[in-house]
Amino acid sequence: MHIHEYQAKEVLANYGIQIQPGTLVYSPDQAVAAYNSQGSAVCAVKAQIHSGARGKAGGIRLCRSNDEVRRAADEMLGEKLVTHQTGSAGKLVQKLYVEAGVDIDREIYLAFVLDRAKQRHVAVASAEGGMEIEQLAQEKPESILRISIDPASGMRHFQAQELAFGLGLGPDLVKQAVATFRGLYKAMIELDASMVEINPLVVTRDRRLIALDAKMEFDDNALFRHREVAELRDMSQEDPRETAASDHDLSYVGLDGDIGCMINGAGLAMATMDMIKLSGGEPANFLDIGGGASPERVAKAFELVLQDGNVKAMLVNIFAGINRCDWIAEGLIKALGVVDLGVPLVVRLSGTNVEEGTQMLVDSGLPIIMADTLADAAQKAVAAAQEQGG
Amino acid sequence: MSILINKDTKILIQGFTGRIGTFHAKEMLEYGSNVVGGVTPGKGGQAHLNLPVFNTIKEAVDATGATASIVFVPAAAAADSIMEAADGGIKYCVAITDGIPAQDMIRVKRFMLRYPKERKMILTGPNCAGSITPGEAMLGIMPGHIYEPGRVGVVGRSGTLGYEAASQMKAEGIGISTSIGIGGDPINGSSHRDILELFEQDPDTDAVMIIGEIGGPQEAEAAAFARDHMTKPVAAYVAGLTAPKGRRMGHAGAIISGKGESASEKVEIFQEAGVAIVPNPSEFGTTMKDVVSKL
Repeated sequence: MHIHEYQAKEVLANYGIQIQPGTLVYSPDQAVAAYNSQGSAVCAVKAQIHSGARGKAGGIRLCRSNDEVRRAADEMLGEKLVTHQTGSAGKLVQKLYVEAGVDIDREIYLAFVLDRAKQRHVAVASAEGGMEIEQLAQEKPESILRISIDPASGMRHFQAQELAFGLGLGPDLVKQAVATFRGLYKAMIELDASMVEINPLVVTRDRRLIALDAKMEFDDNALFRHREVAELRDMSQEDPRETAASDHDLSYVGLDGDIGCMINGAGLAMATMDMIKLSGGEPANFLDIGGGASPERVAKAFELVLQDGNVKAMLVNIFAGINRCDWIAEGLIKALGVVDLGVPLVVRLSGTNVEEGTQMLVDSGLPIIMADTLADAAQKAVAAAQEQGG
Repeated sequence: MSILINKDTKILIQGFTGRIGTFHAKEMLEYGSNVVGGVTPGKGGQAHLNLPVFNTIKEAVDATGATASIVFVPAAAAADSIMEAADGGIKYCVAITDGIPAQDMIRVKRFMLRYPKERKMILTGPNCAGSITPGEAMLGIMPGHIYEPGRVGVVGRSGTLGYEAASQMKAEGIGISTSIGIGGDPINGSSHRDILELFEQDPDTDAVMIIGEIGGPQEAEAAAFARDHMTKPVAAYVAGLTAPKGRRMGHAGAIISGKGESASEKVEIFQEAGVAIVPNPSEFGTTMKDVVSKL
């Protein structure tokens, strides 16, 4: 789960991370009032959306007067901001964070992430702040410092100190740096964050260490034990189809193609989409309906996929293991009784009782295109989509 | 023979008396697995499915001599159950549970380091379909009948895609020595590489099929191991060609977050390591047939 910058800063301030005075606003008037109350000549007006790279996309504006603040707020609020992380649809800006300006001496990159190779957390930092980590890894890999953290002992003082000196922070800043690094790690552990990124962490001219941006992601699997974190969810930033899917315990990811997919199991779903691509088509979505393909779940899944207006054909691929194909077929037939697909449907069943299941679908008289193999199913779905004018 | 499990392996079910534990315990017994009992704290002393129930793993191991366990405990408590297995003398544990917090798994892995080599437990999963040595024992939730006994090892992240591969291989007359699910989570008990090492040492495995997917470094590690340390041929498939960067494709670990984590990059890495590539998911059977025909 992602949260907004202003929320992350609020969370991290509780862990001793220093932030600039800032105010969340919903209108140009509020933005101007916030600017005036902060008493700083310069402020940053920042779009609050679930995406990085807002600066380059015009989502962060430095303003020096009431007029500038008003104009920036006016231009951003209610508009969609497109960054290279949001995709072409962009994300709707509904709130802004007005933050007091700061005199920057230097910028640092700092993050705590999961190191999948070592299977523990790692602190990643670079004295070259302000750049994205991918860019840093490419252009200045030698500048990246890593501290692997043993979960049994946590981030030790000496490790934080090593990182601080490694970043070239002088003796006057080391104490603040150690408190900041260990505070971030503590927040990550206590709240089950999967990622904390401060980019940039800035050294001000008056020698303070401030988190000028903050990004936090949380482990969805751990939200059950962090009600206060779960409450920070902003569903307006999510794809409504994905929200609806998660409400029904379906795993859905919307894509740009025109072949709707419904598959059981994440790996088989990805493989089926691969097969569509290799057959010359493009999948409209990833959808794992999980183990129990009950008629209700199947009907819900059909509805979800069809909400995507681009879908020109539907491909269902179910491997019945513990479930049986005849039972899956019954679910499909019932679901098709309540949902009008309006597009050609290709079904491929395999596994237990495949003959019975296939026969039931054939006997149902429903206009289902049956397929034997994965390749056959994908080719038939691609052909059907093309016939629909794809 | 096989790796990790065979018909003699004594198995305990953790989360035995729950609905899911009961269902799959029955399936495993029906397949012929040597299930000797289970653990449900507070229900020790009772009988379930005509087998003894114990309060703790230690009691169960003492009473039955079990060396393997399978975890059906709900996500919030599953990490603790895995640690209990490691501490109680279990040698091989399969964790089926989906949705265990990543940080809990980090702790599990750290906890498991405390034991000397001869006492160390091997963990596969979580979030997997389990393991099967066809014709001998099933320590998992897969449909056992789709696996033909034979001499090809299988290691994969996904459940149903693994079934797909197994049935394609069966259709081509290729049998499996053991199939191991390592699960779809970012922090897992054993990696592809760990399992490759076991197959390389197994005298009854001639070749190995890897079923990988996007996200994480484990396919690349396996490719390097296959290149540097394996005498047996390896074939691989990597799912997720169409997955966009930064999106989680069902499995918690199936997300491209950096360089080398996409399907096409991983395929390239396998290719460079001399691993046979399954060109599309309809050709698990034909690719492996080709590989074993050259043995």
